[in-house]
Amino acid sequence: MAKLELRKVGKFYGGFEAVKSVDLTVEDREFVVFVGPSGCGKTTLLRMIAGLEDISSGELFIDGARANAVPPDKRGLAMVFQSYALYPHMTVAGNMGFALKMAGAPKAEIAEKVQEAARVLQLEPLLNRRPRMLSGGQRQRVAIGRAIVRSPKGFLFDEPLSNLDAALRVQMRTELVKLHQALAATMIYVTHDQVEAMTMADRIVVLEGGRVAQVGTPLELYHRPANLFVAGFIGSPKMNFLSARAVAIGPRETTLELAPDRVLAFPSPAPALAIAPGAAVTLGVRPEHLRFVESGPLRGVVDVVEHLGVETLVYVKESSGGTVIVRTDDLSRVRQGETVSLALHPDRGSLFDTAGDALFHLSPT
Amino acid sequence: MMDATTLSGEAIAAGSLAPARRRLSWLMLSPAVGLLAVWAFVPLAMTLVYSFRRYNLLYPERNGFVGIRNYEYLLSDPSFWTAILNTLVLVLGVLAVTIVLGTVFSLLLNQNFPGRAAARLMVIAPFFVLPPVAALIWKNLLFDPLNGFIAWLLHLAGLPAIAWFTHVPMLALMVIVAWEWTPFATLILLTALQSLDPEQLEAARMDGAGPTNRVIYIVLPHLARPAAITIMMESIFLLSIFAEILTTTAGGPGEATTTLTYLIYIRALLNFDIGGASAAGVLAIVLANIVAFFLMRAVARNLEA
Ligand SMILES: Nc1ncnc2c1ncn2[C@@H]1O[C@H](COP(=O)(O)OP(=O)(O)O)[C@@H](O)[C@H]1O
Ligand SMILES: [Mg+2]
Repeated sequence: MAKLELRKVGKFYGGFEAVKSVDLTVEDREFVVFVGPSGCGKTTLLRMIAGLEDISSGELFIDGARANAVPPDKRGLAMVFQSYALYPHMTVAGNMGFALKMAGAPKAEIAEKVQEAARVLQLEPLLNRRPRMLSGGQRQRVAIGRAIVRSPKGFLFDEPLSNLDAALRVQMRTELVKLHQALAATMIYVTHDQVEAMTMADRIVVLEGGRVAQVGTPLELYHRPANLFVAGFIGSPKMNFLSARAVAIGPRETTLELAPDRVLAFPSPAPALAIAPGAAVTLGVRPEHLRFVESGPLRGVVDVVEHLGVETLVYVKESSGGTVIVRTDDLSRVRQGETVSLALHPDRGSLFDTAGDALFHLSPT
Repeated sequence: MMDATTLSGEAIAAGSLAPARRRLSWLMLSPAVGLLAVWAFVPLAMTLVYSFRRYNLLYPERNGFVGIRNYEYLLSDPSFWTAILNTLVLVLGVLAVTIVLGTVFSLLLNQNFPGRAAARLMVIAPFFVLPPVAALIWKNLLFDPLNGFIAWLLHLAGLPAIAWFTHVPMLALMVIVAWEWTPFATLILLTALQSLDPEQLEAARMDGAGPTNRVIYIVLPHLARPAAITIMMESIFLLSIFAEILTTTAGGPGEATTTLTYLIYIRALLNFDIGGASAAGVLAIVLANIVAFFLMRAVARNLEA
């Protein structure tokens, strides 16, 4: 079982800093997802943990022991690559048993462990095939099987589902979660897909430009994003951002001005907001926290209506210029071109300062 | 609209103009086709015809159809079997050496080290030396028992010089030809190495395979197919090695380095026996096809795996 600790871990490629001073603790048996846009350093961070990439600065501890200089095969971690990286000239059984063979395990033991992993992953009928003769989903299973057979302390996954079609991806998602429960192993999973992160993770690490933007449970990130980047990255459709000005910050009530003569008041948080009256702020509201009303603080013209069946997304061209997305199940009221008025959910939303950092959240958690 | 009318107009015209157009296209093709025919089929046909005729330039008046006498004579001639054996030894020996050296060089040149580009160029360079030049360089500068570089090295080591072309003529010939063809194998195998997915090597590393095991279990299997293709292409050229023999041993001493190609040369241009040489030529073609057949099968099996 593995507990991983990263202390100020950084990576330089020449003069380019791909990962910037990452502090993180992954608890034993935790499922942690690294998520972020392409190029934010997810793979680099994972490869440093795996030992495939040198750690330029900082320290990595595995179960309390410093592991910076430990070679990859001695760290007790198994990795599943995005390309699967199966050995093409070996059979499925050969692929899965390779690590044990390298460790000098007796043939009977290898066969037994391969058989056991094949049973778990339903690969038994394929054991004598070569990777070339397998479908994408089957290759994926073999790659996971190769990792399982080693009985590692922890698993590292680098975008393992990105080469699968949408239906298979959803299926593998639940299977991986079940596998995590069955194996009770630490898992670190890299993805650029926030839906994957939200559905699978115990905790999510959001990375932006090589830096950790926020660490938290899926619901923490959703309801209490630490900054505009996380707020915009987590959740689909995106959170709406409305520019506003803080007009009055009283002990009981805080008032924002969205546009001249359109103000919004809510109970002041404790401690009071550390901004001066008149400061520019950004109000973040999720699409499901807006309602159509007779007369509300937001007004606009319906631009596009998307019927998704279970819900409807309404894109409203707001009078101040921006587009606001509303998620609703109320189909009767809105037609394209219609002028509508919107109200905000009374205790949902986040307020950000000009630097993009969260000032406070109206949220249930 | 314009497009549609032009198209249909053309389609109608194509019906009546087709024969003329086809004649034109044949006319345009004919120089290339003709050249190919003259170049390939005519010599082949003439060789076949001569191989069944008595045709000696010393007695041009005594000619005529002799059936398979040329073949009978050749197959009962011990020189022919010696030549076949020599050809096989030369081709298989050089193949073995070039594949082994090519693999080693390509693995080394695929590493990162300062001056890699220069090293690659140096290893590839022998390929650009013309065969007679290469043979003469080896004969006069390296193998010469009195003034050669190797003799000097042996002298430094306190060993007697070796008269390469007298004592080990086939080995000397194989060294020269292997020197010429190792760059080819290196080049193909190096290109193949660069197409190896680095993640496979990393996966093997995580699976606990050290550098040696990574080469044995990942790299060498990856090279099997390009190696098979290298062997096939090299065999085609090695079966017809000639200039190196002519400029060094002239097939000797005795028949020690007389290959099938060289035997044909001796028969046709030194003995003036065009009929006998043609028969040997036909048998050489048969031999080459047998080799090609087995190689193709090996490669095809490799492509499937
Ligand atoms: N070997 C390398 N040499 C130089 N730059 C690299 C190398 N690998 C990755 N990078 C850079 O580091 C950054 C992070 O890359 P990566 O970790 O692969 O991102 P992600 O996996 O999040 O898409 C990118 O800007 C990428 O260009
Ligand atoms: Mg990546």
